[in-house]
Amino acid sequence: MTKDNHNAIILGFEHRKIRWFTVTILLLILTLLLSTLMLILGNIHYSPDTVLKVLLGEEIKGATFAIKTLRLPRMLSGLLVGIAFGMAGNTFQTMLGNPLASPDIIGVTSGSSVAAVFCILVLNISGNTVSFIAVVSGLFVAGLLYALSKGGSFTGGRLILIGIGIQAMLNAVISFLLLRANQYDVPAALRWLNGSLNGIQMKNIPGLCIIVIVFGTCNAVLGKHLKILELGEQYATALGLNADRTRLLLIMSSVFLIAFATATTGPVAFVAFLSGPIAVKLVGTGNSNVIPAGFVGAILVLGADLIGQFAFDIRFPVGIITGILGAPYLLYLLIRMNKRGGAA
Amino acid sequence: MKQPKIYKLFIGSIIILALSVLSSLAFGARLVSFQEIMNALFTGDNSSFHALVVRERIPRTVFSIIAGASLGVSGALMQAITRNPIADPSILGVNTGASLFVVSGIAFFHIQTSSQYIWFALIGAGVTAVFVYGIGSLGSGGATPIKLALAGAATSAALASLVSAVILPRTDVMNAYRFWQVGSVSGATWEGIITVLPFLIVGMVIGMLSTSALNALALGDDVATGLGVKTGLIRILSALAGVLLCGATTALAGPIGFVGLMIPHTMRLICGPNMKYIVPMSAVGGAVLLTISDIIGRLIGNPGELEAGIVTAFFGAPILIIIAMRAKVRTL
Repeated sequence: MTKDNHNAIILGFEHRKIRWFTVTILLLILTLLLSTLMLILGNIHYSPDTVLKVLLGEEIKGATFAIKTLRLPRMLSGLLVGIAFGMAGNTFQTMLGNPLASPDIIGVTSGSSVAAVFCILVLNISGNTVSFIAVVSGLFVAGLLYALSKGGSFTGGRLILIGIGIQAMLNAVISFLLLRANQYDVPAALRWLNGSLNGIQMKNIPGLCIIVIVFGTCNAVLGKHLKILELGEQYATALGLNADRTRLLLIMSSVFLIAFATATTGPVAFVAFLSGPIAVKLVGTGNSNVIPAGFVGAILVLGADLIGQFAFDIRFPVGIITGILGAPYLLYLLIRMNKRGGAA
Repeated sequence: MKQPKIYKLFIGSIIILALSVLSSLAFGARLVSFQEIMNALFTGDNSSFHALVVRERIPRTVFSIIAGASLGVSGALMQAITRNPIADPSILGVNTGASLFVVSGIAFFHIQTSSQYIWFALIGAGVTAVFVYGIGSLGSGGATPIKLALAGAATSAALASLVSAVILPRTDVMNAYRFWQVGSVSGATWEGIITVLPFLIVGMVIGMLSTSALNALALGDDVATGLGVKTGLIRILSALAGVLLCGATTALAGPIGFVGLMIPHTMRLICGPNMKYIVPMSAVGGAVLLTISDIIGRLIGNPGELEAGIVTAFFGAPILIIIAMRAKVRTL
């Protein structure tokens, strides 16, 4: 390799690093901006000044209740759930080598949903127990997927097809539970079909927060290995990576993220699906996009919730907005991918 | 397969169908004995309670036969045209497309009668089928099962969000839709059956007539053209028949998944790859499956009932998984 070549490679590497940093910082700023907007906007708009005072513990009549009891949990859950879905979705997509193989298409999210719906509607329990059972159920579905598709190569299409089958079955169970539920109300049903940030209380937040911090870090650290896994099984092994163990860890931590998020807000449509591809577009290939994907997820959820709350006469739950916004992008992605033969 | 054997098979399945029809009349929240069914059917006895129960069960039984047969044939046709083992209305997202159009019709155009439902469902099913197949067949390799399944699942998810957005502000529509979207034969009325029947008959007839051309198509487009089959025309006609069958059924029953997936596969295992046998046998098989699913739903859900669509999804999804596991990875 000549010296010039070497320099060019180093320069490119630096260049990509700088791009990664700039994009990530910009995404972070946008996330914070939307979070602040979530606190400011509402039936009554409070000035940033008031919001800050309330957050610092000052008692202001009306504002304290609106911000601390209603808007803060909503904002925090949107933020955390977005990060969780974004990171986990991106991990699944990268690992399976197919942007369409996100957990909400291959049944992992549905696995958690079923458990959560069952707990809430049939067993009448709530809180962290639901999240825990959702995690177990999500892990079970992921394990089942893994076991059933073991015969072929793990990244192959078989897993995706089997996942779609499992998804169909789980959705039938959810429909059944919703139809049988006594006196369930319409918003409750929609929450479990689409996801919604309505009615989240502060007590739901700490558990979710811990999970996102622990497993989010875990995913971000393993993101480097994910890049190697992407090269394919043989290369990964040759480069000294224990492919099976890394994959297991990544799946575990992603399922934890998804299950906790799903148990809190329901499956917010398309966030897990869209965050990864958008992050790749922004950051460019060659860098780990786990962290940017998390921010993109948060931006999608917060932005969609703001739109859902204020853009129409009726308040739409966040999942419907992400679903509708996501649809055109999804189709674009499908068309582009199939043209390149990426999904085959 | 030899002629006599297929006839034996056909007669055998007709007998099974007859048995399941009788059970469908007998089982439910209240068990009616065989003697009483016969009384109710063949004497004009309107007075006894059992006779009334049986009368109530006749339309749904008839409809489950018709709907099951249509879905079975529809699946067989779609699999033959796309030469794809997992083509099924529920997987291709056709059902969700029909749902979206029906829901929009109810919400925006205030449609109410089942004949209006049918047109909306048919258009929705047709548009979605073309769309999903179009996207799935882009790029190299044509419409591989995995591409089709993903395109279908993703389109379904997108359309489901639109459906939710339409129904959310309208509680009355929501309530009607909630029960429609599971897929059930329980709401069948004579009026509804008579409205969908012409569509189904047309679909069935086209399906039966196109079987020999579809046999040629199975050999590949080149060979089929060499044998004098107009491949484009036969694809369009059979696709039209498939959409007619599943769209009209969906309009009345709601989306019932997986009948069109399981039945043709089972029939192919039993009577070989000849479409001339697969299509009629799929009709009988679909009818048996849906009738039995409906009975199971009534027995499990007692004293209420479990919608047939849920039962078929429970039987059908494992079949999809088995197909995916058995298929060679290369072909996925």
